[in-house]
Amino acid sequence: MKAPITSESEMRELVIDLLSHVAPEADAGAIDPDAGIQDQLDIDSIDFLNFIMAVHEKTGIDVPERDYAKVATLNDCVRYLAAKAA
Amino acid sequence: MPSLGADMDAGRLLEWYVKPGDAVKRGDIVALVDTDKAAIEVEIFEDGVVGELLVPPGEQVPVGTPLATILPPGTVAEAAAPVAGEEKAAAAEVGAAEVGAAEVGAAEVGAPAVTPAVAPAAAPAPQPAAPAVAAVASRQHAPATPAARNHARALGIDLDELKGSGKHGVITCQDVDAAARAAEVAVAAVTPAATPEVAAAVAPGAAEAEAAPAGQRAVPAERPPVPAAAEPAAAPEGPPPTVAARPRTHVRASPLARRLAAELGIDLAGVEGSGPGGAVTQEDVRAASHAETAAVAAPAATPAAAPGATVPRAEAGKPEDARYAAMRRAIAAAMSKSKREIPHYYLSLHVDMTRPLAWLEDANLQRAVTERVLPAALILKATALAARDVPDVNGFYLEDGFHPSEAVHLGVGISLRQGGLIAPAIHDADAKDLDTLMADLRDLVKRTRSLQLRSSELSDATMTTTNLGDQGVESVYGIIYPPQVALVGYGRILERPWAENGMLAVRKQMLITLAGDHRASDGHRGGLFLSAIERHLQHPEEL
Repeated sequence: MKAPITSESEMRELVIDLLSHVAPEADAGAIDPDAGIQDQLDIDSIDFLNFIMAVHEKTGIDVPERDYAKVATLNDCVRYLAAKAA
Repeated sequence: MPSLGADMDAGRLLEWYVKPGDAVKRGDIVALVDTDKAAIEVEIFEDGVVGELLVPPGEQVPVGTPLATILPPGTVAEAAAPVAGEEKAAAAEVGAAEVGAAEVGAAEVGAPAVTPAVAPAAAPAPQPAAPAVAAVASRQHAPATPAARNHARALGIDLDELKGSGKHGVITCQDVDAAARAAEVAVAAVTPAATPEVAAAVAPGAAEAEAAPAGQRAVPAERPPVPAAAEPAAAPEGPPPTVAARPRTHVRASPLARRLAAELGIDLAGVEGSGPGGAVTQEDVRAASHAETAAVAAPAATPAAAPGATVPRAEAGKPEDARYAAMRRAIAAAMSKSKREIPHYYLSLHVDMTRPLAWLEDANLQRAVTERVLPAALILKATALAARDVPDVNGFYLEDGFHPSEAVHLGVGISLRQGGLIAPAIHDADAKDLDTLMADLRDLVKRTRSLQLRSSELSDATMTTTNLGDQGVESVYGIIYPPQVALVGYGRILERPWAENGMLAVRKQMLITLAGDHRASDGHRGGLFLSAIERHLQHPEEL
């Protein structure tokens, strides 16, 4: 059932991996992709900043603070980053 | 064994980062100690050369117990291999700030061993020069190396019943191990915890020292001391030589991995590390555990994800449960003590955050993502400056009254995702600029969550803060962490109607609260403190 590698699926994998590092006690791969990431993984503003910084480090994408609402769920986040990466 | 908080009366030594003969300087991290809350990196308080390691890894000892001896700087590493009849330099101990200690002994060569004594002292001995001879308990014990003595204590072995195989009949660690194995065969499945009698007998320092702090007592190991029992078996090569001459094999591993391994019964030496420098990580331990259990058990199913709930990784048994239970007990002890002894008063103040947040947003636009500053840093800095303005809320209340602190070390309550709470300190928060404060905060949160804290961070906060705004909470009225005298709480930043100069506007507001110790300050001073926080926040460019 593995989808062919597209930039979006790679991005999803990356995001889940980065979230796993920010919240190692939680299972980032098991979250509801359409619900808020912060609530589900119980991460606070510092964890979230660490995630944004990790995204920047791995992809070069800078998510400004005003766009935080656009990366609040896994699906939104992947779409946002994939669009920026394209 | 340093006291790493009001709620700690014993700690387990997990690992030594130094060996006899190593030169150390003040601030170096020399050991890893497990408390009920976390594995803490213990810093050394003075320069010198490591003499002898008195407590072997895996052993739990009361607060105040000497962990090692330290010799004056420049001392040749003769302590690593004691010479017959030689008296070791009197030693200042590692770690325990409140307790000076001296140790005399040439146990290795058969003189009656002198058990390390704990001598209460007002301040850490600045020079390891004056041996506290009067406090040294001279007990007639079976001759044994100090390490063997400690080892025996951890395993609950009575030294008087052993026959030593070392030089001049001295009991070595090997003898203790052999006795422990024999005992285990005889009494299967008995926890190798020391009986209270044995613990008291082999820890005379703690028991006999006059005016020992109340918390300082021989504590029998309550939980099965897995690391202690497993340690001999974990030694990778051959029969272990006596500890004094034994090169400790150093397996690099994160504290979390180390604890997990102990709880799962995994030998770290047999685990291949995938972390930095080949360090064994939590994942490696889990993988090793899975590999071991795969043959006999189906892998634990990941719990179905409940939307909106935290998704715990509850695989590989439930090692976090024991940790969490211990942490709850520690929190219970500290908070009960606080509510029993501290007459709290509570104040709150609505602070207009519009201006500071607008300033911060602008500032962040000029910054790289890696240098972004969160409102939390701003608020902490304003609080630290206010603590300098109103010192009545910053310091410690001890038996003889309130001691205001010159320095402002801000404790930051950090919740752990697996449950529980730790409040390590950001040192000198009032003197740090926002960038430094932010970097410190990020580092502290990261290390707290991975349970890699340092002893000073846990022992010297002069005031504690808690921020529940991320959870949507509007206000938090905290319980003071003794012996501190204030706890500052921050709620969520919310848009609210705000009336000013006869006009109504929508502003971003935060409710700041203070739980103050009425023995140290009154509501009036507490109010001045909250006002000072507000005042500083309205001038973010000066923070």
